[in-house]
Amino acid sequence: MRIPLSWLREFAAVPAGATAEDLMAELVKVGFEEEAVHRPTDTLQGPIVVGQVLSIVKEPQTNGKTINWCQVRVVPEGQQQALTGDGIDPSGVQGIICGAHNFVEGDKVVVTLPGAVLPGDFRISARKTYGHLSAGMIASVRELGIGEDHDGILVLSRIGLDPEIGTDAMDLLGLYDEAAEINVTPDRGYAFSIRGVAREYAHATGTAFTDPATKVQAPAELTGGYGVKLNDDAPIYGKPGCDRFVARTVRGVDATRPTPLWMVSRLRLAGIRSISLPVDISNYVMLELGQPTHCYDLDKLSGDIVVRRAVAGEKITTLDDKERTLDVEDLLITDGSGAIGIAGVMGGAATEVSDSTSNVLVEAAHFDEVSIGRSRRRHKLPSEASKRFERGVDWHVADIAAQRVVDLLVELAGGVADQAGTDVGSAPDAVSIALPAGFAAQRIGIDFTEEQITTSLVDLGAAVEKNDGGWTVTAPSWRNDLETKEDLSEEIARLVGYDNIPATLPVAPPGRGLTRLQQQRRRLIQALADAGLTEVLAYPFVSKAANDTFGVAEQGAARSAVKLANPISEEHGYLRTSILPGLIEVAKRNHSRGFRDLALFESGLVFLPGSTVGTASIPPLGVKPADEVLDALYDGVPDQPLYVAAVLTGHDSPAAAAHTPRAWDWSDALDIARLAGDVLGVEIVVSQGTHQAFHPGRAAQLSLRTGEVVGYAGELHPKLLAAHDMPARSVALEFNADALFEAAADVIVARHISTFPVATQDVALVVPQDIPADQVLDALREGAGELLEDVALFDVYAGKGIEDGKKSLAFGLRFRATDRTLTADEASAAREGAVALAAERFGAVQR
Amino acid sequence: MTETLPGAAIPNPTDEAAITAAVDQAIAAIAGAGSLDELKAVRLAHTGEKSPLSLANREIGGLPKDQKAVAGKLMGSSRGRVNKALADRTAELEAENDARILLEETVDVTAAPRRRRAGARHPLSTLQDRVADIFVGMGWEIAEGPEVESEWFNFDALNFKPDHPAREMQDTFFVEPPEAHLLMRTHTSPVQVRSMLEREVPIYVLCPGKVFRTDELDATHTPVFHQFEGLAIDRHLSMADLRGTLEHFARQMFGDEAQIRLRPNYFPFTEPSAELDIWHPGAKGGPRWIEWGGCGMVNPNVLRAAGIDPDIYSGFAFGMGIERTLMFRNEVGDMRDMIEGDVRFSEHFGMEI
Repeated sequence: MRIPLSWLREFAAVPAGATAEDLMAELVKVGFEEEAVHRPTDTLQGPIVVGQVLSIVKEPQTNGKTINWCQVRVVPEGQQQALTGDGIDPSGVQGIICGAHNFVEGDKVVVTLPGAVLPGDFRISARKTYGHLSAGMIASVRELGIGEDHDGILVLSRIGLDPEIGTDAMDLLGLYDEAAEINVTPDRGYAFSIRGVAREYAHATGTAFTDPATKVQAPAELTGGYGVKLNDDAPIYGKPGCDRFVARTVRGVDATRPTPLWMVSRLRLAGIRSISLPVDISNYVMLELGQPTHCYDLDKLSGDIVVRRAVAGEKITTLDDKERTLDVEDLLITDGSGAIGIAGVMGGAATEVSDSTSNVLVEAAHFDEVSIGRSRRRHKLPSEASKRFERGVDWHVADIAAQRVVDLLVELAGGVADQAGTDVGSAPDAVSIALPAGFAAQRIGIDFTEEQITTSLVDLGAAVEKNDGGWTVTAPSWRNDLETKEDLSEEIARLVGYDNIPATLPVAPPGRGLTRLQQQRRRLIQALADAGLTEVLAYPFVSKAANDTFGVAEQGAARSAVKLANPISEEHGYLRTSILPGLIEVAKRNHSRGFRDLALFESGLVFLPGSTVGTASIPPLGVKPADEVLDALYDGVPDQPLYVAAVLTGHDSPAAAAHTPRAWDWSDALDIARLAGDVLGVEIVVSQGTHQAFHPGRAAQLSLRTGEVVGYAGELHPKLLAAHDMPARSVALEFNADALFEAAADVIVARHISTFPVATQDVALVVPQDIPADQVLDALREGAGELLEDVALFDVYAGKGIEDGKKSLAFGLRFRATDRTLTADEASAAREGAVALAAERFGAVQR
Repeated sequence: MTETLPGAAIPNPTDEAAITAAVDQAIAAIAGAGSLDELKAVRLAHTGEKSPLSLANREIGGLPKDQKAVAGKLMGSSRGRVNKALADRTAELEAENDARILLEETVDVTAAPRRRRAGARHPLSTLQDRVADIFVGMGWEIAEGPEVESEWFNFDALNFKPDHPAREMQDTFFVEPPEAHLLMRTHTSPVQVRSMLEREVPIYVLCPGKVFRTDELDATHTPVFHQFEGLAIDRHLSMADLRGTLEHFARQMFGDEAQIRLRPNYFPFTEPSAELDIWHPGAKGGPRWIEWGGCGMVNPNVLRAAGIDPDIYSGFAFGMGIERTLMFRNEVGDMRDMIEGDVRFSEHFGMEI
């Protein structure tokens, strides 16, 4: 909401020297955030004065244009030019070249004299042009920054003005005024008006407030006016769409009269363009009182006005000349011809006022917030009217606003008001709230005095009545947001000032610290960072193709994924089922910025919809839903496990003197996955895997001991890397971290540490090429029995001396007993047991 | 060097002058040895089997009984002196040798390669931990929830009326199909609702996490960002308790000089509601109040939605943006730096914040 200061001053005690900034500094205290300052003089400086065109000499140019060489008087005849400076003619008459032709000798115009500055840092000076010294400019509204009118220069007599020559035109045009723009929260519809803001200014400063509504003399009763019927047969939430309709008639209006400059200026500062006198008046009254009104061309109406819901298929052409198909829930203003307006949202084209209008029907109605909001959303028609109606308008101001429009039409447009008028509907019940004594003090933490409480509420406009346990408060009609004792507490605190709230620190009961899951997650993320990986956070929005590639192992299978109804870009219209697509984008971005050696990781949720998606309905607010309803809500939310993924490309370290970096390879991806398992105390079982995003021969499937597959690691598929412009041999891993957390032991049982000597034995086994080393290792472990403390693969060899199709795996076995020193024979026997099982399972032959 | 001193006569082991001369000769040779190799030759020449002193020593056996003792004493002390000189010189030379070798092994320590690379945490992630730790230190617990959420938890349970304009203040990503009433949470407040449903009062929880709004990415907006929201439900909590908690937190975050300010505002889920500003003495362009977040006393309708009796319990809630906090605390000028994943951004912070 933009507040022109001159307007606010009519109703609030804003000091004469106060700026828009000063105003905003006061209003922020009562809850209106500052948005912007609109001050014409920030971009516009004088001297800009009223001049009279004395003579025009038309001079045709070689380019076919004709320019005007004008003599313009800018000081009343017989008076001295008080201004001095380059280009100011002491005679009081300026010679000015002008290209526009919409004026004649004798016209009063706006002259920007040398020294003036126009918007866009356009500095006016005397300059030679077309063979003359042009000392100033005859201005258009556009050049002055006060309108978009292209029709040449501003001729004052044509807008009904005849100011004295030399008058300060900036003052005349209201350009010394300024506006403060504040943010109005959605609960406070009343503050979309000068009336509401003036009251708030008074609250903020403790100064006097004059209600603009009290300055209007509306008849106590209106009868005999235009026929209006309120026929809402389908109220929403049981509330009638229209509960008041005031109609007034003004006849003999001259709709073509120019709108007075003071009104144009205030509207402009408030952000509203001047359109025509009747429309400007309607807008002006809306801004002043917060009540939207509408002017119909009375002669275009036929029969009674009926306010009703639309019928299926009904259409209307709105003021913006668009035909709209109406919904049965839309509330309409209709007459004998059909719909003439979408109530509270936009009027119809057929009955709008035009230059030829002479008889006007003024509407000031009160509509249901929800109904208007729905129509506005449905037709995507945000308007100044709907903005106010859907937040709530004061029921009691309708007749006053109508009267104010009537008064202005009479005063400015030369109309005559009918005595008769229409006022139908009935007031909603006033909201009465019980405020127990002590409640506000308890909730706010300030020990309010009784006087603070009652004064604050009375200042708001509420009626306050003391009773046994506190007060009964009747909220003012313009405050539809005040419904509960909590609401009243806020108002009291707001008016007394939030700065008076003391600080006390409540003591929470003894806590449990981070949960085990939270600690595991921290440990995992920290371990990956400590291992040299860099944490990044990518967006979870991906393409369908990315989900299909990274989200499922089998080629060609489509991933079921969550689709967004309104994504930022259609290309990234899905939620990720894998962290990798986003991570690869980040890797690419870094690569393109010149970083070749990268080890990136991200931990984040992925979205895996199950068979149930959401719920067909949702329970109402303010009530705890039944258990089964809550369960349905929980069940409808897709599974969102925490995944961790990493992408590595380039080398493990930067090249340096005496140091050859090692290129990351597939085994690093596995190593990091295993490291993740180690820090959580979970064994990761690796097996040869197949995943369409990975190299078919260099991918590992990661599982738990239970067999549950938790992820993949290895080299990314060469074609995929090429398609993503990623370096060849880039590697990646991804696993379900939640699955790892869950698999971690709750309590780790200590193992006995034997201090007896160790016996180590190595064994080299020749096995078929396709036997995974890991499985041979398992066989050795199992066959060696309990004397085996550890076994590790330390060499893989194939080639000379080994039969084709076979390989040699060398293992180091470490034996130790818990209760004695092992003999060489015992160790050898255990080793033979290990070899025997490997031989049995895989035909392993000892080398 | 040779093993013996050729042509030298075997001194008489009773001839003290001759023996002393041999000893002096040996000691001079020992002192003159410039390296361990030279010393080895000297040792053989003067203490080896064919050295004068050894040979003289061997003569003792053939002496008459009465001379044996005198000769033995003379030879013992003489050989002792030589051996001691040898040992001393050996130690000296070894020390010199060690020192030289170590000197020769000198490297340019400034040219050392970096082989291990320290990774880095994303500062948003580190900051989130820091915030959580402050509240855990106050006895609060950390609660989390899903990012795709039921509309009820995100709006209705938080007292957003179905047709109220407040619902449109938060530009929401909806999930297909719209009839399923799923959305991407626009704040972490649904976690507060879940916490109230799952826990027993008193409740003191902090809910950090990712949230989503349909804003295009620019220097100050991002469609995905992080928040932390606090919720306390207990008997007799007031706005003063809210202020005290926020003040304590602000001082933990920004130092003992930190100040906060509350301004009236509107949120459907709190009543009264306030905007929270923090005084930033080091702000670019001079000290000023910076908008930090929103807060207020939990609206009774929110308590009712979670089955908590508002006549017995009251509570407060607050929420701040982690990106915003990082922006003014650590002077991050552009939102995009936090989003794009440029390694320079995270690596500059390392593991700290």
